[in-house]
Amino acid sequence: MAEMNIDHVAHLARIELSEAERQTIAAQLTDILAYVEKLNQLDVSGVEPTAHGTPLHNVLRPDEARPCGIEREQFLQNAPEQARGLFIVPKIVE
Amino acid sequence: MNYEAVIGLEVHVQLKTRSKMFCGCGTESGAEPNTRVCPVCLGYPGVMPVINAEAVRKTILAGLMIGSQIAPFSKWDRKNYFYPDMPKNYQISQYDLPLCVGGAVIINGKRIGVTRIHLEEDVAKSFHFATSSGVDFNRAGTPLMECVSEPDLRSPDEAFAYLTALKEIFISGGVSDCDMEKGQLRCDCNVSVRPVGQQAFGEKIEIKNMNSISGVRRAVAYEIERQISALGRGEKLQQETRRWDDEAGKTFVMRTKEYAHDYRYFPEPDLMPVQVTDALLAEIRQLIPELPDAKRLRFVQQYGLPEYDAGVLVADAAVAKFYDAAAGQSKNPKAISNWVMTELLSKFAESKITPGQLAELVGLIDAGQINGKIAKEVFAEMFGTGKSPAAIVQVRGLVQVSDTGALEAFVDQAIAANPKSVADFQAGNPAAINFLKGQVMKLSKGKANPQVVGEILQRKLAAR
Amino acid sequence: MSLHTLTIHELRAKLRAGEVSARQVTQAILQRIEAVDGRLKSYLWLNPDDALAQADAIDQAGSAKGGKLLAGVPVAIKDVINVTGQPCTCASKILQGYVAPYDATVIHQLREAGAILLGRTNMDEFAMGSSTENSSWGTTRNPWDLERIPGGSSGGSAAAVGADAAIVALGSDTGGSIRQPAALCGCVGLKPTYGLVSRYGLVAFASSLDQIGPFTKDVTDAALMLQVLAGHDPRDSTSVPQAVPDYAAILGRGVKGIRIGLPKEYFIAGLDREIEAAVRAAIQKLVELGAEVVEISLPHTEYAVAVYYLVATAEASANLARFDGVRYGLRVPGGDVIETYGKTRGQGFGPEVKRRIILGTYALSAGYYDAYYLRAQKVRTLIRRDFEQAFQKCDVIVTPTSPEPAFKLGEKSGDPLKMYLSDIFTISCNLAGNCGISIPCGFTKDPQLPVGLQILGPAFGEERVLQVAHAYESATNWSKVRPRL
Repeated sequence: MAEMNIDHVAHLARIELSEAERQTIAAQLTDILAYVEKLNQLDVSGVEPTAHGTPLHNVLRPDEARPCGIEREQFLQNAPEQARGLFIVPKIVE
Repeated sequence: MNYEAVIGLEVHVQLKTRSKMFCGCGTESGAEPNTRVCPVCLGYPGVMPVINAEAVRKTILAGLMIGSQIAPFSKWDRKNYFYPDMPKNYQISQYDLPLCVGGAVIINGKRIGVTRIHLEEDVAKSFHFATSSGVDFNRAGTPLMECVSEPDLRSPDEAFAYLTALKEIFISGGVSDCDMEKGQLRCDCNVSVRPVGQQAFGEKIEIKNMNSISGVRRAVAYEIERQISALGRGEKLQQETRRWDDEAGKTFVMRTKEYAHDYRYFPEPDLMPVQVTDALLAEIRQLIPELPDAKRLRFVQQYGLPEYDAGVLVADAAVAKFYDAAAGQSKNPKAISNWVMTELLSKFAESKITPGQLAELVGLIDAGQINGKIAKEVFAEMFGTGKSPAAIVQVRGLVQVSDTGALEAFVDQAIAANPKSVADFQAGNPAAINFLKGQVMKLSKGKANPQVVGEILQRKLAAR
Repeated sequence: MSLHTLTIHELRAKLRAGEVSARQVTQAILQRIEAVDGRLKSYLWLNPDDALAQADAIDQAGSAKGGKLLAGVPVAIKDVINVTGQPCTCASKILQGYVAPYDATVIHQLREAGAILLGRTNMDEFAMGSSTENSSWGTTRNPWDLERIPGGSSGGSAAAVGADAAIVALGSDTGGSIRQPAALCGCVGLKPTYGLVSRYGLVAFASSLDQIGPFTKDVTDAALMLQVLAGHDPRDSTSVPQAVPDYAAILGRGVKGIRIGLPKEYFIAGLDREIEAAVRAAIQKLVELGAEVVEISLPHTEYAVAVYYLVATAEASANLARFDGVRYGLRVPGGDVIETYGKTRGQGFGPEVKRRIILGTYALSAGYYDAYYLRAQKVRTLIRRDFEQAFQKCDVIVTPTSPEPAFKLGEKSGDPLKMYLSDIFTISCNLAGNCGISIPCGFTKDPQLPVGLQILGPAFGEERVLQVAHAYESATNWSKVRPRL
């Protein structure tokens, strides 16, 4: 079982870890990953994966415009930073 | 070394639905920022998506129009990546089981394959300021169809033609308005070059940020040259994403991300798969319109039009529909075509003329009821008032005078009043007759049948 | 008789008869909270004026005398469910400052039923935990022993009901987060079949596993609550379009002829002796009441925890990606967008949440998806099949809810894997999408700590589960024993 590259995964998850956290979590996850290895004991050939909690299909809604009735102000009030009706973030550089 | 270009296009098309893909927010553009939003499309804690049935139908229709196989079983997946224009930092899309598989677009007889069409949600719009950016989520959640072509295109012109054809097809089906300036159609290109004869593809480079179909053509042309030049200098090309700058006329490499995209696709647990039944397919097949190519051919065959006319008339769906209706009621489809192309095309939206009325006008001319000049006057009044030609002609007393008795009298008058012209004519100047003709038209207040006038004049002048 | 010690059905009778007002009921609970919650710490947020105003409105409208199922009854809400105008922190720093602009569907249902929304209860951060020690706002205590944990993740709701600091409370259950704390706090906790109760407005942890359910003092109340909460919701595409039966009608039918399945994999070494004794006594009682016992096997039980910690964490890694400091909640500014994400999430999430997000991200990442996530979902199918086959031989399955009674604070918080294994009996039910209830069935001796009996049913088998639970409860007195606070 290959060892997890915790820096890579933490970056994928956009979580900045302190050095102490890095080490603790890496060690704990090593244990957990060793534990889940037991799943490899099973023969799952031909078994369909279960992706949903319930076997429904074609759950659709009609194409109708129905405003939610919540004022923009309420949404903007929750924003850490807002201006001119926009959610403000540090400058996005392409 | 001779190189050939290999081009594939990834086209994103905003669907023409009333509400967003996964929530009931409206889709009209131009609203104040963040007023066409709700907890769902803002990615609030605890919200859940619900699929827009019409978006699914329109995507299936799009697939049918280009000959795709519609998947009997189709599912939704989360495409995970972080970006400020992503409300949930995952996009609900389709990964391994899209709604449409395969298909093709024919351009100038060449078949350009389509790999797949799938349905997903659009992202928000960002505005960039000096030290910050602002995000407007009005667009977030708009239904988006992603149409991926096979790498079958070989030139900038082919790319142009493919996009034009795709746009025409989707517009005719009512799937989207495809207005690139409004962002309803967006295109990313994958461009690579390889030595002629080589089977293996060269390094694929992605180009983004083209704002028009001609922009795509320019960008592709530039990129092909750039790649060939680079290879010619012995440089090695690597896979990357470049940004087209239309003003500068160049592509620039975008800030390279530290890690290649690992989207970590997995099945969307909040949405159930779609099973497309035969019944649903049959129902949507009924909605397939006559595609532009087929319509052009039919106009040529059914109405005896030259290809040029057919091309002009079919270019605009509304015009084509008008022409079809008018020509269908007329014994002279070519005349109808002439009227539409010369008099209607440039101001079609303002016209109050119905197809039946135009057919009637042409009928009046062909029956000799009115002459060409009068017809133009009648047309002008039809255009502004929507009244029928017969009514206008009657009210204004514009019926062409073909009664020889009356016309003979006018001709005699004109001859008597213009001895100089008569003399000119008899001296051997045949054009002098036109002046006399004009005088007769004046006397008849324009209503004289010019052909008959001409005959009478010729006869009387010859008899002198 | 203090009002706060009563059940919903007892209070309803008094409210209907006009013996008490909604205001009096609400005041009684508020007073109890004041008396005990300083030590218990089950509530995170309480607005007494607002609660009393709701009560007054009910009194003025006379709703308590009418047909509304919960008119005048205060309900506590786990801090993971959106209520308009209230905070919803999910016990996390990253949602500090967030005010919900909308009601979850279950809240709408409670309002329609005339309930009074009483306050918000403590939990493990983002519902990730089995002890409520992962809350950013401090740990709730077990009403039976304030040095012990109440269980988790819905520890606040369980402790409040267990201590009569709430008549009824809502929780959420992804791997046992209603049933396990109910067992540890000595009350009734019900996890409905997946898809029976709407998840719209529940902050998602694992979308294919989460369900909202009630904590109550007895089974009659649980049936009543399920009646209010169950039902198809067009806003939740995973909610099932099925008619909701009359759950109360099944109560009192007894257990004659009901086949009770005992899975051999659940009665193994490692099970606390006193718990085993209490559960076996309960089974014996059910036999006395007319039930039959059937030995069954759920052969893939030992793999359930492993499956859960890959599937649930994978889904959670995506569900929690939206917490990024852009549109709501905490923002810790960085030099650029990526740094802002990194610092906000690094400082806003607690250690358990970070651990699970990273594990889940890894399980989905390129090159590992097949080995981890996909394989886990396949084993999940095997677990589902275990139950389908078992339920052909029995009507309900009975097990202990938790392998051990409430443990001491800090006892397991240093060892995540050890903590995960305390979910071993409850997790399979979520993976299979089935329903389950935990009801009190005894106590350990010294200290006196509650023991929970878990009754599992097939999907949409709530009636049978409630029937059996009610029969056992009616023949015993465990719910009458209250903690000394």
